[in-house]
Amino acid sequence: MSTLLLKQGRIIDPASAYDAVGDVLIRDGLIAEVGTVSTIADSTIDCSRMIVCPGLIELHAGVRDPGFEEDETTVSATAAALAGGFTSIAAYPDTQPVVDNRAAAEYVILQAARAGNCRVFPLGAVTRDNAGAELADLGQLADGGAVAFTDAKHPIQSAEILRRALEYARMFERPIFTHPQDATLTANGVMHEGYYSTRLGLRGMPAAAEEIMVSRDIALVELTRGRVHLMCVSTRNSVERIRSAKEDQLGVTADVAIHNLLLTDEALQTYDSNYKVDPPFRSSEHVQALVEGLRDDTIDAITSDHQPYASEKKDREIDQVPFGIVGLETLLPLSIRALIEPGHLTWPQLIAKLTWGPAQILGWQNRGTLAKGTPADITVIDPEYRWTIDPARFRSLSRNTPFAGWDVRGRAHLVLVDGEVRYAAE
Amino acid sequence: MNTVPPTIAPGWTRPHLLGLEELSAAEIGHILDTALEFKRLHTIGETKLATLKGVTVGNLFFEPSTRTKTSFSLAAKRLSADTVDFSSAGSSLSKGETFIDTARNIEAMGVPVMVVRHSTSGAPYLLTKHVNASIINAGDGTHEHPTQGLLDILTIKEHRGTIAGLTVVLVGDILHSRVARSNIWGLTKLGARVIVCGPATLIPPYIERLGVEVRYRLDDALEEADCINLLRIQAERQRSAFFPSIYEYAHFYAMNGSRVKRAKDDVLILAPGPINRGVELTPDVADGSRSVILDQVTNGLFIRMACLHLCYHARNQAPMVRPGISPIVTGASLR
Repeated sequence: MSTLLLKQGRIIDPASAYDAVGDVLIRDGLIAEVGTVSTIADSTIDCSRMIVCPGLIELHAGVRDPGFEEDETTVSATAAALAGGFTSIAAYPDTQPVVDNRAAAEYVILQAARAGNCRVFPLGAVTRDNAGAELADLGQLADGGAVAFTDAKHPIQSAEILRRALEYARMFERPIFTHPQDATLTANGVMHEGYYSTRLGLRGMPAAAEEIMVSRDIALVELTRGRVHLMCVSTRNSVERIRSAKEDQLGVTADVAIHNLLLTDEALQTYDSNYKVDPPFRSSEHVQALVEGLRDDTIDAITSDHQPYASEKKDREIDQVPFGIVGLETLLPLSIRALIEPGHLTWPQLIAKLTWGPAQILGWQNRGTLAKGTPADITVIDPEYRWTIDPARFRSLSRNTPFAGWDVRGRAHLVLVDGEVRYAAE
Repeated sequence: MNTVPPTIAPGWTRPHLLGLEELSAAEIGHILDTALEFKRLHTIGETKLATLKGVTVGNLFFEPSTRTKTSFSLAAKRLSADTVDFSSAGSSLSKGETFIDTARNIEAMGVPVMVVRHSTSGAPYLLTKHVNASIINAGDGTHEHPTQGLLDILTIKEHRGTIAGLTVVLVGDILHSRVARSNIWGLTKLGARVIVCGPATLIPPYIERLGVEVRYRLDDALEEADCINLLRIQAERQRSAFFPSIYEYAHFYAMNGSRVKRAKDDVLILAPGPINRGVELTPDVADGSRSVILDQVTNGLFIRMACLHLCYHARNQAPMVRPGISPIVTGASLR
């Protein structure tokens, strides 16, 4: 029996509403004791002035392996995840081939085991090839380890397909992650439709394109009693509709991408493709509504929505580049910047959106918590550490971020998976 | 032949012309004055100046164009520059080369001025980050077409003496028009009142915040107009449900003889062309006494001479350091 003691940190465990300075004892990879621990451990790590919390969980990240190893590999994505404080990430199925069958799901898990960094859970495709036409083998995907189903950034246009997917996925107790967007309203769009799209002459993506699908998805949940998780909501009316769906106790959850809280459509003025994200940077009134949605728990989780792309794909004319930015290594400081520094969320509230919130969306009881007997996936955060974001130092293979050069504070100091230190900051 | 005409005022500092949005009223005035001086020199027989002697101007047209390209080529030649043309059809772009690499290759052949047209908004802006050359925007996507805006303004100014206080109506597809945006920026900076007019589907959101008024019927703007600029309408927009039919469009927006009669006697009719006769304007109006369409074409040449001249010489005075956005091989790594 080996023991490790994390001593004198500020322990934040949102699942049990615990927030106090104390110790965490880990025995054989499991959490043994939380609070004042008198046991003498095999080894001890001083965590004073640090926050000790459950390992962060990323609900959806582009890992790009197999098929797009020029953008990211499982090794690089999981190294980036660890450095960002994540102990678990769920991987988008939009690889080549698409994760729409059991073998592909098992490959994701196998690659993660080979990499030996953080945990990777496959997200299975809703439809074959993410094409939106025929259901993928959802049951076998679940057996192969898929924790939820999604067509990633391909919005499911057919209400009929989504209806059947919701009904069918219920049997396997897995949610469907949707990218709520009416593709007929966003065709060829590159940014939020508003004043800046008019001024810059760039094709706009109206807020209504998202809100239509948020409303539709909620209606289908009501019809099927299935579970929908709305990824990266970005508009005021989306938040409003999710709030009312939750009041009606429907099986609807939602997350927000951290970058949508920090930048607005104004940023596109440089025509820099690193500002091209989906959903797009909206105007400031939408950002305020998203923050309010986090505060009142209408929005359950925060995501980095990690989308790595090699420079040859991003250094191009803005209408030809793919959407998305890398985010695993910057989520934590950006969350502090967007939510802690302005006083929008307390530390326990923020940690909840990164741990217990995502765990509940996935139906997990034994992750995203420091409950006794659960695997010791733990992140120790240095909340005051000041640094400058330098993409050249990313562990991710890709550098597509609009946050290069930002002076930020806070980073992962120590990351443990199964009680083993997998990452320690320099 | 003069090397640099002594009458061309110094003081221009921009190596690139990317749009009228970024220019001050004084800078716009500077270009107009320079163009007028070139025009004056031309009328007294100075048809070929030497201000760009020994300089090669690259015409990089990543989107088809006939008249703008011809106008720029001719403008360069009248300044004694050599020209090299690049168009995307049948080029290395079709072999997968990016337009940035294309521009870098052309620059490496010793081309310090590039006239760039591209179907993507912002593409010329992107190029300024990857090459040292002066970039002149010859139309980018649905963003700006600054030399067209300038030649429209010069034509109006020649006929009316001033821009301030005039009411200019821009008619048609405002949403997709780079000409509209350049006109709006240039005219409002010089103190004109600008009304945009077109079907509601082709008026972009928040356009009022650019300082313009909106009318949906041409007949509602007709009587106030000092100048009417009829933007080209593309028939393929009909398929995207922007308007029901060309017939319906022409019914509400075509400038015809009876509309000219209801307008002010001295109204100026402009069109950036190429025009669809019978759609944006009827032949009697296009060729009528109020039309200044061919003046626009003539002035385009002098505006482009001015832009090439000013930007090239500004670049030479303050050579820019190439920003290291995508270094390939640096000197250091070759050691």
